[in-house]
Amino acid sequence: MTTTVTPPETPIVKEQKRSRLPKSARAGGTLHGGPLAYAILAVFMIVSLFPLVWTAIAASRDNQRLAETPPPFWFGSNLFKNLEIAWNDANLGEAFLNTTIVAGTSAVTIVVLSTIAGFAFAKLRFKGRNALMLVVIGTMMIPPQLSIIPLYMMVAKLDWTDQLQAVIFPSLVSAFGVFFMRQYLLQALPDEVIEAARVDGASSWRVVWHVVFPAARPAMAVLGMLMFVQAWNDFLWPFLVLTQTGNPTVQVAVAGLGRGYTPDQSLIMAGALLGTLPLLLVFAIFGKQIVGGIMQGAVKG
Amino acid sequence: MATRSDIAASPVKGGAAPGRTPGSHSTDKEGRRRARLSRRWQRDARWSPYAFVAPFFLLFAAFGLFPLIYTGWASLHQVELTAPTDMNWVGLKNYTRIFDDDFFWNAAQNTLTIGIISTVPQLMIAMGIAHILNYKLRASTFWRVAMLAPYATSIAAATLVFVLLFGRDYGMINWALGAVGIDPIGWQDDKWPGQIAVSTIIIWRWTGYNALIYLAAMQAIPQDLYESAALDGASRWRQFLHVTLPSLRPTILFTVVVSTIGASQVFGEPLLFDPNKGASGGAEHQFQTLGLYLYEQGWINQHLGRASAIAWTMFAILIVIGLINQLISRRLRASS
Repeated sequence: MTTTVTPPETPIVKEQKRSRLPKSARAGGTLHGGPLAYAILAVFMIVSLFPLVWTAIAASRDNQRLAETPPPFWFGSNLFKNLEIAWNDANLGEAFLNTTIVAGTSAVTIVVLSTIAGFAFAKLRFKGRNALMLVVIGTMMIPPQLSIIPLYMMVAKLDWTDQLQAVIFPSLVSAFGVFFMRQYLLQALPDEVIEAARVDGASSWRVVWHVVFPAARPAMAVLGMLMFVQAWNDFLWPFLVLTQTGNPTVQVAVAGLGRGYTPDQSLIMAGALLGTLPLLLVFAIFGKQIVGGIMQGAVKG
Repeated sequence: MATRSDIAASPVKGGAAPGRTPGSHSTDKEGRRRARLSRRWQRDARWSPYAFVAPFFLLFAAFGLFPLIYTGWASLHQVELTAPTDMNWVGLKNYTRIFDDDFFWNAAQNTLTIGIISTVPQLMIAMGIAHILNYKLRASTFWRVAMLAPYATSIAAATLVFVLLFGRDYGMINWALGAVGIDPIGWQDDKWPGQIAVSTIIIWRWTGYNALIYLAAMQAIPQDLYESAALDGASRWRQFLHVTLPSLRPTILFTVVVSTIGASQVFGEPLLFDPNKGASGGAEHQFQTLGLYLYEQGWINQHLGRASAIAWTMFAILIVIGLINQLISRRLRASS
């Protein structure tokens, strides 16, 4: 009966004892959700997904139809036409390429640097380790927006306006990444393995390459996806240094659609849809891993 | 998923078994082994940790710390957007100018109210959803992924959609309100509706994410606590109040701090919510936040020096928040 619902890690002895307890004792992950739980979740899910579905509906209509009541609840016939116009008007082809370059470079660099630093913080002993780790945690609390003015001056001085490196360079580090990898490596990498490699005479760099990277691979993948999403959706900084007509990222291009002088709402929605689809696809495929990553990074925040 | 809880509680945490890592005192056998290692090996073991953490700190110093400090320096100068490298010393004038500006205080107030309207319901809903997700559910991964979809949506895309949904004349929300007899609301024109609308976008994007964070913490609560509470006759609601909530206190504090920092930086949503007004955050600045005010001063009015003063004022506010956080978490630790 109730024994079938125990999570695998719970010892069996304990479970037998528990089945004699009143029903209310089995909270915290061992109690089946009732119809009410599903109903609430369904409502929450509809609220979460409705704006996205409606984006597609609005993108499949035309501007006139969006200026009538009641608003449309089902798809019209203009979807592909609107997508094509938005794609061309907002320069989305170039924007996709740019954003892929920026987000890809940022994610890969952050993952590699964070893994190495996270390994040092998790497994190596050195003077000042705890103090430096505190600095890392402290920097997580400083929002990057507060640094934009000198960065903007730098970009102006280097004449980097409208160039991708202006967006790439400030996005190459993440304190969260270091923290995340440290937490993962603390429990995923046994000291014995490092020790064994050491005894074989491996240098620290060889240990990183042959021991740490293979052990950290799942967490690296998750961190990479989280950082890719973050860089893909970053708005303020790209908006300041890249222009719509110059070398936009997707967010700059999509925001530009909304700020036109004669906004065509169905086209704006088509652009918003195009800008969102790639990430929704990533989430549909790797959703389980991303969810796991967020939850893992959360514990002991 | 089921292993999450032991990861959190894992005894391995805290890292190295003492004596195994180079540089600490250990047994004779290990000592002899270490003696065999070459000098180069020792140098490697001693300095490589610094080499491993150096890239992070160097990049952070260049693109995080230095700009942050330099912002303080720039805030004491007159700097114009048109010539960002020409700086004229003006002392504290930028600060007195912004503190004399009604729009600064307006923006500060808006940031505070939008912060409250967006953070409080968000975290409360997230807590409720996390509690439900903590039951045994069919298709649990599906629910978790589905509610992350807003998190995958960018601020720009989300805001543009909500602008349409909140449209005064043809928006779906006013239409739905009209169906129950409420007159159309000028979401973009009036102060409170505007702030509620902007907050709605933030709530929509972040609630699922925070629910996952609470869920992770709930799964780390030992089952025994619930059992003994139940033996004492506590109902499920009382268990939630007296077991779940107290165990989540550090996590709640963490999400409050992160959300507060996020709320202090709100920029894209109010900028795009009224595309015609842009940086002023509505015709009467009714939903202009500090982030938007900084942008307006720096990039529309072209006073980078004054914008720097705003940035440092925001920084000071964050430090105060951080200190309050420290104080509270110390109290929490002392009481538990």
